[in-house]
Amino acid sequence: MSDVVEKTLTALPSLLSLDSHPGSAKLSSTSKLGNLIRGITELTSKHEEEKLIQHELLAIKEQVSSPNTTMRQMKELMVRSIYCEMLGYEASFSYIHAIKLAQQGTVLEKRVGYLAVSLFLNESHELLLLLVNTVLKDLQSTNLIEVCMALTVVSQMFPKDMIPAILPLVEEKLNHPKEIIRRKAVLALYKFYLIAPNQVQHIHNKFRKALCDKDPGVMTASLHIYLQMIQENPDAYKDLTPSFVTILKQVVGGKLPMDFNYHTVPAPWLQIQLLRILALLGKNDQSTSEVMYEVLDESLRRAEMNHNITYAILYECVKCIYTIHPKSDLLEKAAKCIGNFVLSPKINLKYLGLKALTYVVQQDPKLALQHQMTIIECLDHPDLIIKRETLELLFRITNAQNVTVIVEKMLEFLCISEDDHTTIDLVGKVAELAEKYAPDNEWFIETMNTVFSLGGDMMQPDIPNSFLKLLSEGFDSVEEDRKLKLFAVNSYVPLLRGEPGKLPQRFLQVISWVLGEYSHLREDLEPAEVLSLLAKLLDMKNSSSETKSWVLMAMTKLCKGGTDASVTQEVSETYSSSLDTVLRQRAHELQYLSQDPELRARVLPRGANPETLEVDSSLSFLDRFVSEALAAGAAPYKPPHQRQEELDQSKALSLEPYGLSLPISMSSCSITDRQSPTLLSMSSGLSGDSADLSHKGGSSALKLDGVKRVWGREGYLAQREPVEEAAQVEVPSPIQSPGRQGEGDSLHSQTPTQTPTPEPEQEKQQLASSLFVGLASQSSVSLMGKSEPTPQRFRRKAKGQGPGSSFNASEQISSSLISPPSAVDNLLCNNLLDSNNASELAEQTSQLSQRLTTANGTCHTEAELTEPDTKGCNPALRRDNCVVAADPGPHDDPGRLTEVCLDSYLPAELSGLSHSEIAPLCANQSLNLSACHVQKEDSLILVVFIINSSESAIQQMLLQVDSEELEVSCLCDSPAGEMTSHSVAVGQYSLTVKRPAVHVEVVGTVSYQLPAGTSQSLQFSYKVPLTSFIRPFVVSTEEYGTMWLSFSHDTKQNLTLINDNQEPLTATLNALKKKLQLHVVEVIGMEGIVACRLLQDLPCLMHCRVNAGWLAVWLRSPVPDLPDCLIYHCQRALQSL
Amino acid sequence: MIKAILIFNNHGKPRLIRFYQYFAEDMQQQIIRETFHLVSKRDDNVCNFLEGGSLIGGSDYKLIYRHYATLYFVFCVDSSESELGILDLIQVFVETLDKCFENVCELDLIFHMDKVHYILQEVVMGGMVLETNMNEIVAQVEVQNRMEKSEGGLSAAPARAVSAVKNMNLPEIPRNINIGDINIKVPSLSPF
Repeated sequence: MSDVVEKTLTALPSLLSLDSHPGSAKLSSTSKLGNLIRGITELTSKHEEEKLIQHELLAIKEQVSSPNTTMRQMKELMVRSIYCEMLGYEASFSYIHAIKLAQQGTVLEKRVGYLAVSLFLNESHELLLLLVNTVLKDLQSTNLIEVCMALTVVSQMFPKDMIPAILPLVEEKLNHPKEIIRRKAVLALYKFYLIAPNQVQHIHNKFRKALCDKDPGVMTASLHIYLQMIQENPDAYKDLTPSFVTILKQVVGGKLPMDFNYHTVPAPWLQIQLLRILALLGKNDQSTSEVMYEVLDESLRRAEMNHNITYAILYECVKCIYTIHPKSDLLEKAAKCIGNFVLSPKINLKYLGLKALTYVVQQDPKLALQHQMTIIECLDHPDLIIKRETLELLFRITNAQNVTVIVEKMLEFLCISEDDHTTIDLVGKVAELAEKYAPDNEWFIETMNTVFSLGGDMMQPDIPNSFLKLLSEGFDSVEEDRKLKLFAVNSYVPLLRGEPGKLPQRFLQVISWVLGEYSHLREDLEPAEVLSLLAKLLDMKNSSSETKSWVLMAMTKLCKGGTDASVTQEVSETYSSSLDTVLRQRAHELQYLSQDPELRARVLPRGANPETLEVDSSLSFLDRFVSEALAAGAAPYKPPHQRQEELDQSKALSLEPYGLSLPISMSSCSITDRQSPTLLSMSSGLSGDSADLSHKGGSSALKLDGVKRVWGREGYLAQREPVEEAAQVEVPSPIQSPGRQGEGDSLHSQTPTQTPTPEPEQEKQQLASSLFVGLASQSSVSLMGKSEPTPQRFRRKAKGQGPGSSFNASEQISSSLISPPSAVDNLLCNNLLDSNNASELAEQTSQLSQRLTTANGTCHTEAELTEPDTKGCNPALRRDNCVVAADPGPHDDPGRLTEVCLDSYLPAELSGLSHSEIAPLCANQSLNLSACHVQKEDSLILVVFIINSSESAIQQMLLQVDSEELEVSCLCDSPAGEMTSHSVAVGQYSLTVKRPAVHVEVVGTVSYQLPAGTSQSLQFSYKVPLTSFIRPFVVSTEEYGTMWLSFSHDTKQNLTLINDNQEPLTATLNALKKKLQLHVVEVIGMEGIVACRLLQDLPCLMHCRVNAGWLAVWLRSPVPDLPDCLIYHCQRALQSL
Repeated sequence: MIKAILIFNNHGKPRLIRFYQYFAEDMQQQIIRETFHLVSKRDDNVCNFLEGGSLIGGSDYKLIYRHYATLYFVFCVDSSESELGILDLIQVFVETLDKCFENVCELDLIFHMDKVHYILQEVVMGGMVLETNMNEIVAQVEVQNRMEKSEGGLSAAPARAVSAVKNMNLPEIPRNINIGDINIKVPSLSPF
């Protein structure tokens, strides 16, 4: 036996000549393949191999094209071509012959032909079309082997467009008497489902039939399909849960034939598949989970023998138990199981144990604590894969107290890792941890420096961006802020003095930005020195032009004229003739700004707070230029997204103007209306996302950022809180010295290297205590940093409390300040291209800066305007504070008792209609005021109830109601005059919107006289959401089309789609319809049009399109501000679902 | 899903290459080279899983491999496959090869590359695991082999029938395959 084992290639020639081995005996001495292989093995260099193969290929080529070659010879030739292809030599001439062989050969030759085809070609290869007929023929063959071959090749690759041609035949095979055929047909259909899900939609029932097939093999095959489909949409298959549970129960119980056993384990792969499906079904679904508890318990129990494959089942079981709705005793067992994995001496099991720990540690941090010593050991494991997995686990348990140790470990690993993917991934994690938990400035800056130098240019670009943003925004304390910046400067100067050539480009860009902005903070540092350091960067050979433009920008900020003039002069001269337009632009800027300090101070104000600087992104200062151009016959500008949308829409519902007809386009009104700066900034104040901003791409990235923070583990944790409580076993850390738990501060600096201990074991324990600090002492909820007791150090400054996304705009602006190619820069650049005249450039720059300041000005007033609005946004607050101007007396009865029966005081004509909750407005000793609004089809009625709660009558009562945004008309006589004790007076007012706002407010006064003769008054305010004024607007698609063109105010935004089991567009539109009373005009494919009106008849049209997982909404109306307000409510409506 | 199956020897010479996801020819060669580079560096006492080669992998893919004597069997899979499950699937595949070739060795893989492909086709079809039962796989392959011997004469024999015949002759198919008997002599044959 051992000689067989020893057979290696080195022995090959002798084996061949001796012909002693059955394997080689099968080779005829004339076998061409044998010769080829023998030839190759005798070679010594790659070069010779290449020559030999080329020679071989030539020979094959000659033979295959010869008409005398028989099919049998062809078969042999094909195998030789396959061999050559495997070695990486192209044999494309043989592809067509492979197809021919599959078409014409006998079964055996066909088999080689199919094999060659499936190895040579890919799904999109054009020759594949030639195969379709052959496949069709073979699928209909009575020879089972041919059918099998056809099904195999189909599942390997088949042209997507041709699937309909063979689909009926494959479907038919699902009823084939032979199970192997049924099995292969199921897999072929699964493949079709993967590449063209729409094509197999109609046969879902057949999949169910396959699931119920009497042969377990076919059922197993169908699980592939179900796993995939359930992954995509678990809700649609909940009804199958009992079936899967039953199947698993039978399998686990050994009901399958012995054939299916593997190492006495019944059908392990089937069990794994089923457990995965159950995990998907039971996720976040208590009732479904309850169905499977029993079988999971059974699986755990049965799978207790020690074979590799049982561990595979156990692992899936554990994952399933932690995924589905928790059950405490199962969790306990699963935790024990994980322990077995982690503690196993077998390295593969350890790996999976770590994976499982990583998976569950968010729900059960105590588990990590239990295994801390093992984790420490794994951290020093020689296998990098294990080490990395451990770091992944540590990343999940990082908190403010152990961050230094964990980050240090990660950086250590980064130094030895060679894999790019690992590096990118880890660098991102370190940056995230550093920003979240940094204990102090020095540590933060130093860590980020390491990140930048190790991560190099591979890392995600958002890391340097968010770092710079953090630096520029700083945090709440000014002093801390200054220290952080200063420390950054201090650490960068020596780096530049050293060998900056070794630093990655991204790092250099960060350094030059920071030096440009903040080097003035260090007083002993001469700008001239910084300038010369920066200039050195420009001379380096490997500096990219992007880096150079960052450097030039930084120099522009620093140059003061006078002494440093020579450096800047030289640099700007060098680059003002650069071929790179951006560099040329920067060089010109440098030149002019360095000579004009005043202008520079205005364009690049030092220490400017990015939030206060607003960029007029609508470029309103170009309005005059635009209207002149339009008057001269130019076509109106359409932003790229609009152009794209129009292109897209040409296929379906076409609602967009194809180009406004001439009279409209000539009227500058439509242009200015749409692009007017006031409207834009107004809308950004309201909804935070005007059309221009939302489509620059930046906002989506920023949003994602936000999403990550909000919905990350923390959200997840919140859901799982009950689990933790259930599984919370008090496990005091055996190693942790009791005194250490609380004092996080002393531990920050306590790294294992700094505390030398003689014994390695003790060192490990030290490490353990610093790694797992906080896990035992704190409640598990705060572990993930959700409610950190120590506040996050670099918390972003609190933004205005404006509606939802309003900081998108400002964030975007600040980020555009950081990265040089901002909108403003591009503008300058364009101008430069148009007229390369230097003086003009200077003029434009100054103009621009002027515009910037004016834009600032308007913006401030804008903000003031919207301020009362945002304040008013909080109805509860207002109502509580509702001022009692004249009567400071305590009021103990808030009128709640009477509230219940106020309904009966509603005027009869309104009582049948839906009205809002009757809300108490204000009260004093004698009066209680409440109000509600009633939605009539054509109007909105405000009803004010005045209750005299005192024991005496009041006189000369007068109720006045008014509003800024609304027209208020009194419906019947306003209640006035005398009110007897404990009586109720009702006032009715009809409201119409004058000026749309997100919420509109009615203010009113009641003045009255007490019997004693003292006159008093009571003020109140009542807030109505704009949605109360919205009514469905029934139009036809044609009318909609004409109206769409004529409306000039619009806004666009992406909204989230609702994903329940319906089609997302319909689901979202229905939700909006229900909440906001819209009218869905038509839905065509992925688009829908919706109309509504604001009372009385101010229309607003809405066009929705599903685009990359978002609902792109475009609103148009003749009323300014209406689209913005409405989009706000749409957002709210969808969020509240 | 299984994305690719690569078999190469200790020197990195490919012995069987099967991609279930399209890669251009030169990309395939690069993947083979890189995978060999990654795998050959690893000792026998480290784990059989590898994550994130830069070529084949985004973060979702992983390499699962076994080393037998002169050959490496590497499966590249995505996250929908069970790690240990695939590890045992490799074992099943190798045991099947051993049964079909009667003491399989690297030479068999070289000279009967096409047959190895046919066997693999019965185990994995289009990236999905089709059959994990060794006897069933062997039965399917044997049907085809008989067909080969009679040059198509018996080609229409249904698979189960043939295996039934075979089973009559061999009333006792050993259910519990004793791994120790396999002739690809390998240190890693014991589980893990």
